[in-house]
Amino acid sequence: MNLRDMRRRALSSLMFWLSVASVLAALIPVGMILFFVVGKGIGALNLSFFTHAPTPVGEVGGGMANAIVGSLMMVSLGAGFAIPVGVVTGIYLSEYQGTKYASLVRFAADTLNGVPSIVIGIFVYALLVLPVKHFSGFAGGAALGVMMLPLIIRTTEELLRMVPMALREGAYALGATRSRAVFSVVLPAALPGILTGVILALARTAGETAPLMFTALNNQFWSTSLDQPMASLTVQVYTYAISPYDDWHRQAWAGALVLVVIVLICSLLARFATRRLERMAVGR
Amino acid sequence: MKTRVRLNAADLPFRFGTGSVALVVVAAVAGIAYVLWSEAALSIQRFGWHFWQTSVWDPVQDEFGAVPFIWGTLYSSIVALLISTPVAIGIAVFLSDWCPHRLRTPLVFLTELLAAIPSIVYGLWGIFVLVPAVRDFQIWLPDWVRAIPLFSGPPVGVSMLAAAVILAIMIVPFTSSVAREVLKAVPASQREAAYALGATRWEATRIALRYARTGIVGAIMLGFGRALGETMAVTMVIGNNAQVKWSLFAPQYTMSAVIANEFTEAVGPIHLDALVEIGLVLFVITLLVNFGSRVLIWQMNRPRKRRSRPMPARAEAA
Repeated sequence: MNLRDMRRRALSSLMFWLSVASVLAALIPVGMILFFVVGKGIGALNLSFFTHAPTPVGEVGGGMANAIVGSLMMVSLGAGFAIPVGVVTGIYLSEYQGTKYASLVRFAADTLNGVPSIVIGIFVYALLVLPVKHFSGFAGGAALGVMMLPLIIRTTEELLRMVPMALREGAYALGATRSRAVFSVVLPAALPGILTGVILALARTAGETAPLMFTALNNQFWSTSLDQPMASLTVQVYTYAISPYDDWHRQAWAGALVLVVIVLICSLLARFATRRLERMAVGR
Repeated sequence: MKTRVRLNAADLPFRFGTGSVALVVVAAVAGIAYVLWSEAALSIQRFGWHFWQTSVWDPVQDEFGAVPFIWGTLYSSIVALLISTPVAIGIAVFLSDWCPHRLRTPLVFLTELLAAIPSIVYGLWGIFVLVPAVRDFQIWLPDWVRAIPLFSGPPVGVSMLAAAVILAIMIVPFTSSVAREVLKAVPASQREAAYALGATRWEATRIALRYARTGIVGAIMLGFGRALGETMAVTMVIGNNAQVKWSLFAPQYTMSAVIANEFTEAVGPIHLDALVEIGLVLFVITLLVNFGSRVLIWQMNRPRKRRSRPMPARAEAA
């Protein structure tokens, strides 16, 4: 082996180790963030965190029960809008994928996905807050719904396309119309996957803060009324994080832990479900 | 691969029904553009281009210049890109070419977990862990380094550097997952031809990278678009100080951060409109960047028919 070949081999293994190093460089932040969130959050997480509203400044204790309920309500509201619209749009895109209109819709969905969440906040503010002149949980839910929409469209379209062609052809062979084939055969086959994709989309939007800041604002008190400002886990974590009080910082970590656990569980669930579906597509 | 079904009258309601629901997403995008434009009218009329040429931001005096915010957004995103790009490409190469098979799935999951962690959690971690670390790092730097304008200023921790680092961590999974897919789309014949000529592992990968370069640039731009629009984490660590400074340790401000901080407390209609105008420009910039990246990725992934292959015999798919 001459010198030149040795140099080439050395360069090759250097590059290999550099790429290993970059994987580590990405894993270290994941590890550190999980370490801190769990380490600092777990101590502050107790029963009253889930059952009590915040106490006034200076009084130790209290929790984020109102914010958890608020987040759940607004995410459900957004989902109530985004799931039907998103799934049906996804069906259209997978059924008529070649048409010009489908490309326009896909382009719009991709664009919406790239719009900064803060801009969606402004949009919903102008649409739903400005005319009535007060912040509301309803507006917050709408903002989250807009955030979810492109995610749900994407996941529905992709999963419908993963359904083996043979299933569809079987339905056609039996004389099914297109809509019959979709609703009786294709959609049920993809449903578990779509469902987990939807859960993942909900989890991601549950972690959104920026679109809620000008729509639902925040609320330090119990309120389940949708036309009033509404607390959310994320905005509450933000408020507590930038406050000067130690007890609030502790609670912010606890809130972050709850958010991360939700996201983690949903990601694992989605991973599991898509893998099952992939196996099904391969085994055709 | 498309099955053609003869157009059936029974399918028409289905087609138009689902098609009209699909209109919602188109309307949403058009609505965002229109609303931002009309809400920013006051500020656009009053300040014109002046808005983008001055750097005084004084809501009390009704003076608004957006230069520091544009600067902060671009500067933080570009520095973030400089940090994240080599890492993201390294990950993509490792996972697509060099990774032992058994490690791949868990590693993909872990790197993509970075994309799933909420921005507010990054921000919280940034305030309490990263910002103190940046401050300590700055104090630890020798004096002659701190005399360089790029590293000058008092050690406060909240800074351009903290924002760029957190942005870099956040965009790595976006760039690496697209780059990985682009690398996967490179025909096997490219790498096999290289190996057949006696190439080392890196030389074969370099050929694949070269083949995939358009798509990889697209992946990097996608990360850039994410970085431009990111709000919460940046707002929490950048220091929110409207100034144009080269120093990485200086607290600065970004477009999304000023909207997040001042929108609900705007002192008058002009202040609010000025903030919306910043939002409008942010929207347009991210739109262009995302569009550009999509065109590049699409060009890379589409089947090439006209391009002649360097080898007459195509390697059978393994």
